[in-house]
Amino acid sequence: MTPGAFFELTDRLNGSLAGQEGLFCSLASETSDFVRLNHNRIRQAGSVRGTSLGLTLIEGSRQAEASCDLTGDPAQDLARARDLLGRLRERIPHVPDDPYLNCSEAPWTSDTRVGDAPPDPHAAVAELITLAEGLDLVGIWASGEIAEGLASSLGHRHWHRSQSFNLDWSAYHSGDRAVKATYAGMTWDGRALAARIEAIRRGLEIMGRPPRTLRPGRYRAYLAPAAVGELTDMLAWGGFDLKGHRTRQTPLLKLVGGERTFDPRVSIREENRRGLKPSFTPEGFRSPGTVTLIDGGRYAQCLVDARDAKEYGEPVNAAGGSPESLALDGGDIPDSQILARLDTGLYVGNLWYCNWSDPNDCRVTGMTRFGTYWVEGGELIAPVNVMRFDDSLYHLLGGRLEGLTTERELILSPQTYEGRSTDSQLLPGILVSGIELAL
Amino acid sequence: MDQLHTIAHRFTARAPACDYWTLRLVAEESEHLSVRQGVVEPSTLDSSLGAMVTVAVGGGIGYGATSDLSPAGLQAATEQALGWAETHARLGLFDAALYPRSNLHAEYRSPVARSWENLPLADKIALLQDANRALQLNERIVDWAAWLAYRRVTQLLVTSEGGRIAQTLDYLSPGLVAVANAGSQTQRRHGGGADWSQQGGLERLAYLDLVADASRVGEEAIALLEAPECPEGRRDLILLPSQMVLQIHESIGHPLELDRILGDERNYAGTSFVTPEMFGTYRYGSKLLNVTFDPSVPGELASGVADDEGTPATREYLIRAGILERPLGGRLSQARSGLPGTANARASGWDRPAIDRMGNINLEPGPGPKEDTLAQLIGRVERGVLMDTNRSWSIDDSRNKFQFGCELGRLIEDGELRGLVRNPGYRGISAEFWRSLDGVGGPDTREVRGVQNCGKGEPNQAVYVGHAAPPCLFRNVAVFGGGE
Repeated sequence: MTPGAFFELTDRLNGSLAGQEGLFCSLASETSDFVRLNHNRIRQAGSVRGTSLGLTLIEGSRQAEASCDLTGDPAQDLARARDLLGRLRERIPHVPDDPYLNCSEAPWTSDTRVGDAPPDPHAAVAELITLAEGLDLVGIWASGEIAEGLASSLGHRHWHRSQSFNLDWSAYHSGDRAVKATYAGMTWDGRALAARIEAIRRGLEIMGRPPRTLRPGRYRAYLAPAAVGELTDMLAWGGFDLKGHRTRQTPLLKLVGGERTFDPRVSIREENRRGLKPSFTPEGFRSPGTVTLIDGGRYAQCLVDARDAKEYGEPVNAAGGSPESLALDGGDIPDSQILARLDTGLYVGNLWYCNWSDPNDCRVTGMTRFGTYWVEGGELIAPVNVMRFDDSLYHLLGGRLEGLTTERELILSPQTYEGRSTDSQLLPGILVSGIELAL
Repeated sequence: MDQLHTIAHRFTARAPACDYWTLRLVAEESEHLSVRQGVVEPSTLDSSLGAMVTVAVGGGIGYGATSDLSPAGLQAATEQALGWAETHARLGLFDAALYPRSNLHAEYRSPVARSWENLPLADKIALLQDANRALQLNERIVDWAAWLAYRRVTQLLVTSEGGRIAQTLDYLSPGLVAVANAGSQTQRRHGGGADWSQQGGLERLAYLDLVADASRVGEEAIALLEAPECPEGRRDLILLPSQMVLQIHESIGHPLELDRILGDERNYAGTSFVTPEMFGTYRYGSKLLNVTFDPSVPGELASGVADDEGTPATREYLIRAGILERPLGGRLSQARSGLPGTANARASGWDRPAIDRMGNINLEPGPGPKEDTLAQLIGRVERGVLMDTNRSWSIDDSRNKFQFGCELGRLIEDGELRGLVRNPGYRGISAEFWRSLDGVGGPDTREVRGVQNCGKGEPNQAVYVGHAAPPCLFRNVAVFGGGE
């Protein structure tokens, strides 16, 4: 859907409001191509075209929300939207006043366009398959346009459109031994893809060596940015939202209370200024460019969405309680010195399936997965069979943190559960003196 | 459903020229009501309507999905599908001749005794408010909420070979949560059906009795604050059905998915320790382990008449007397692998293609009488822990090394239940764990539950999955508690 069609639709809806009614309309639109690969061949391929309209009807201190899919035909879409508005009008007399109703009353506008037109997906996938000949490659190609819009009866008018591609794949040597890679972004470059394929081939040479099986215990380790991302994903799961803090459910409870700290080199921020996410919240507030969450190892601020802001009397600084553009500050270990600084221990390319083992102590469990190696004397020696870790982030980001890499990697989320994600993380790798392997 | 039939009729009249096509139309309606700390949260009414066109032509397969169900919209989706079929024909993993054809005619409706509309909105809110009051026992309860959600999925699958499968699925999902805190110790307890969703209508509320259950939920959350940590070491373990659900799901259901075994999921959800040659001979568990794929259980989340490839759904044994019999794979996966399977090719919605998913994967109760009751299972334990309600789950990409945490534990000593323990967890290896199964509750102890957030696939898909199980006894398991 075009911004013109969306704003015309919302103008018609706003024009039909009566009395004290107010209306916030949101739009989520996706035009995506998905190609699933296995054994370097196409397993499943197709296209998805979908648009969803969200309405929040406000009358005095009451509100009710609804959503429906749109067709792209203006007349049909107006009829659906009016029907949805009618259902909300029927509902709203039966819901009580909402003390936490909180919408921006200062209208503003924005229009952001990110990214170039992605390459033809048929040609890009054919190029990948050719480059990867001989590899047991498995993964997903996703590309296309994502648009988000917001319009209110108060005058908010926002549009955020991004065009991108995300190739997320791994190449298997045998069994569960594999090397993972991604190539995602806004501007396609076939040479960059070729370079990644070559790096994969080199990684597989080491994967072919006889694997080591480690015993449970504590091991010195380097965690690459993708592995660090699994840990910061855990912090994002309830770690930073204001409600979680005020109701004492945050896994950072001991950090907030001053019982524990992270290493002073750990600073975590939400960086909306990265521009991959809309700068507006669903209620029409402006998301700040940066919110510092952890500053020098200590709790700094929470993410505060509109509802929590009203409940707890804080200013709005986020669309929701979980970071969507998280950044961890880099450190002073150049990438070129990672193996030398590790010397002997575990190089962890990726972690997998993390969950809270004990949130009260910020303790996380999960598995090693792709690209995990045993290192001796600063040299990659052998792949390591998958191991379960169970350790507290107060250790991994605290007392056992030896350093962070200078270079950081921008990881664009490949998640597609609710449409293609525009979340991202900017992360260094970390060197730790020990990680507890449990099984 | 009438609207879907009309759209399907229109599409069929202009059907694409190809070897085979299917049109899957999906309409969803849902409503969510929630009251937190006595405040009614904004209610949501969501609806969705879209279609997926799948075509097989010239040896390739492709799909196109759209929310534009006009003739022009469906035509555009068809052209997208044809384009991908052409590319698949050149670069595909298999020939489209393997894609299953269906001419099945079938209908299914969830059993609903009392429809969602049968209770006014004000009464639903009043029920949730009553539950809120019952949850807030004292100042140690720092957060609490009650909710009630309804979802109806209406789906029509038509095929170029005359197949026509209409299914209407109604789900009711109520729940309660109480959060208790003392200092830096926080404990959460769920109830009211929060982990017990089923197909059905408001008649389920009578059984779940949110208000009565709220007191228990609040009391247990508070009691857990003062409970000792679950001990660490090897002990016998009794898992209640509220945890058996996840144990079955992660270490039987997922490893038996045929698309994992075929390698499709290796980049995301993972592979499997199960290999094709294991079927028919491999000892998955003790002789007490009997596991079925059963789409016929009334009210279970994934009950239905057929899958999204148009294959009629029938009950099958996956594991019998501990021996692995068949994987979970739809007809396409069966054709690719040469293995038997089940009718379990499912899509999460109109915008995702069907892949191998769990349906209802059930651990069959013991025949008794020795294992008839939970008390009898407990009576057989000299030194153990009973665990209730999953709160944490993690397993490796081959579905072998797992670790689970539960909301509540109770010590068992000399055949009797003792005090509560908090932060109980256990870990093990699937290939060994099920062989330590030494007790299975009888038919009266079975509970029909499931999970509503089973995720896999690229692009990602989350679906509802049913699991029915009795309490089970496992010997000599590594258990542990919380702390750094």
